[in-house]
Amino acid sequence: MPQDYSYFPGCSLRGTGVAYDESVRALFALLDLKLHELPDWNCCGATSYMSIDEGSAFVLSARNLSLAGQAKHGDLVTPCSACFLVLKKTQDYVEHYPAIATKVQQGLQAEGLPPLNGVRVRHPLEILYNDVGLDRIKQASVRPWRGAPLACYYGCQLVRPYCDSDEQQTPTHMEEVLKAAGIPTVEYALKTKCCGGSLTGTIPAVGQRLNYIILKEAIRKGAGAIVTVCPLCQYNLDAYQADIRKSTGEAIDIPVLYFSQVLGWAMGADPKALGMQRSIAGKKTIKQWFAASEREEKAHV
Amino acid sequence: MATKLNFSERTIKFQREADPEWARQVSEHPGCERLFSCLQCGSCTGTCPLSIYMDYGPRRIIGLAREGFRKEVLNSQTIWLCASCYSCAVHCPQQIHITDVMYNLKREAVRSHLYPKRFAIPVLAQEFYNVVRRNGRTSEFLVVLRMALRTNPLVLFTMWRSGLDLLRTGRLKLLSEKLKHVPFLPKEDA
Repeated sequence: MPQDYSYFPGCSLRGTGVAYDESVRALFALLDLKLHELPDWNCCGATSYMSIDEGSAFVLSARNLSLAGQAKHGDLVTPCSACFLVLKKTQDYVEHYPAIATKVQQGLQAEGLPPLNGVRVRHPLEILYNDVGLDRIKQASVRPWRGAPLACYYGCQLVRPYCDSDEQQTPTHMEEVLKAAGIPTVEYALKTKCCGGSLTGTIPAVGQRLNYIILKEAIRKGAGAIVTVCPLCQYNLDAYQADIRKSTGEAIDIPVLYFSQVLGWAMGADPKALGMQRSIAGKKTIKQWFAASEREEKAHV
Repeated sequence: MATKLNFSERTIKFQREADPEWARQVSEHPGCERLFSCLQCGSCTGTCPLSIYMDYGPRRIIGLAREGFRKEVLNSQTIWLCASCYSCAVHCPQQIHITDVMYNLKREAVRSHLYPKRFAIPVLAQEFYNVVRRNGRTSEFLVVLRMALRTNPLVLFTMWRSGLDLLRTGRLKLLSEKLKHVPFLPKEDA
């Protein structure tokens, strides 16, 4: 029987992170997990809304929690790390501060929405690790990995401060899940260092410098690609490599993929269905993987 | 490179210029309760990926805030450079939610118009806020465009390459999505 989840994609997965949305849907379908998108969901508020107005920021994000409670499809899944953090933070603050709880309650009531009922907020990586399990991932993985080992990059918002199943500074779920799928990984000390978020847009020199350090360390460790869990990390690490090449004079060109793309690929999904053509950096490397695997599959037939 | 001493920049703070009542108010805000328990150990600044670019650094901001140096804190670039990665908050031996203190200070800086003028980060936050209030969802394109027009339109010329790459790969949405029912959000702080 398929397992059901409510699904909150968030704004980034409709824009720069569209490949994340495509690959999570494809991966969940392969594993017989059903995603029910929240009807008329709104922006979680991310880091910016909270910087201007706190009261309505909690109401804004609570609206999605209330919609999920109303939908009754079970736990609420959100792939975006920022959405994950903001939803968790809203639940935390509503629980601990009566004044915020009242404000949120009034806001939801004015919208004709039911009060919060403690729906569980979850990330797809944690669902793969705990609900699907490493054994089933191992069974489902049909394509052998022929590329170089990968660097697992978690960034900040998923693991800090509301990580309930993995380590805050040295998480390992992504490495374990990839290992089960037969994909090797490298030791990567910068896995939870911040990518700078929207700084690449506001103060490019600073934002790009942070991303340069993360990219450079992955290359130094011999990684064939960086695997991410966050649409903003993926965008920052992927889209600015040309600018970083220009400012540093170093030959940096490494694919930056979502964990859902890599796993979907291992489980035999069509690369187009996983949005792999949407990558900007490391196109040549990705093409080589496809060609090697196609040759192998043809040889088997 | 030898450091040039700048004598016009005053580095001594005088207690009489501080406002302890303001510090007390800050500490009463949700998430800021443990402000006065700071040991000034510097774990926050040590772990902060952005402290080297900041005018004060998280440890000094916490120190200035709890003494009540309101203007210095609210006018700083530090609170805006905070990318909200929570590294300081999980490392703090006194469990001060430093990230939430930063958020609280950002909001007051906007309310009292004390943020550095034409500084892109608070402008981006304001434009994000405006777009989300109007449409219910954000649009990366619209927010960045509006930020650039309000700060330095020339910056758009440096963005053409990544913009073109995004357009080519189907990742740039020019039109903003609007909800069927945009939630009405009472303005509280702003």
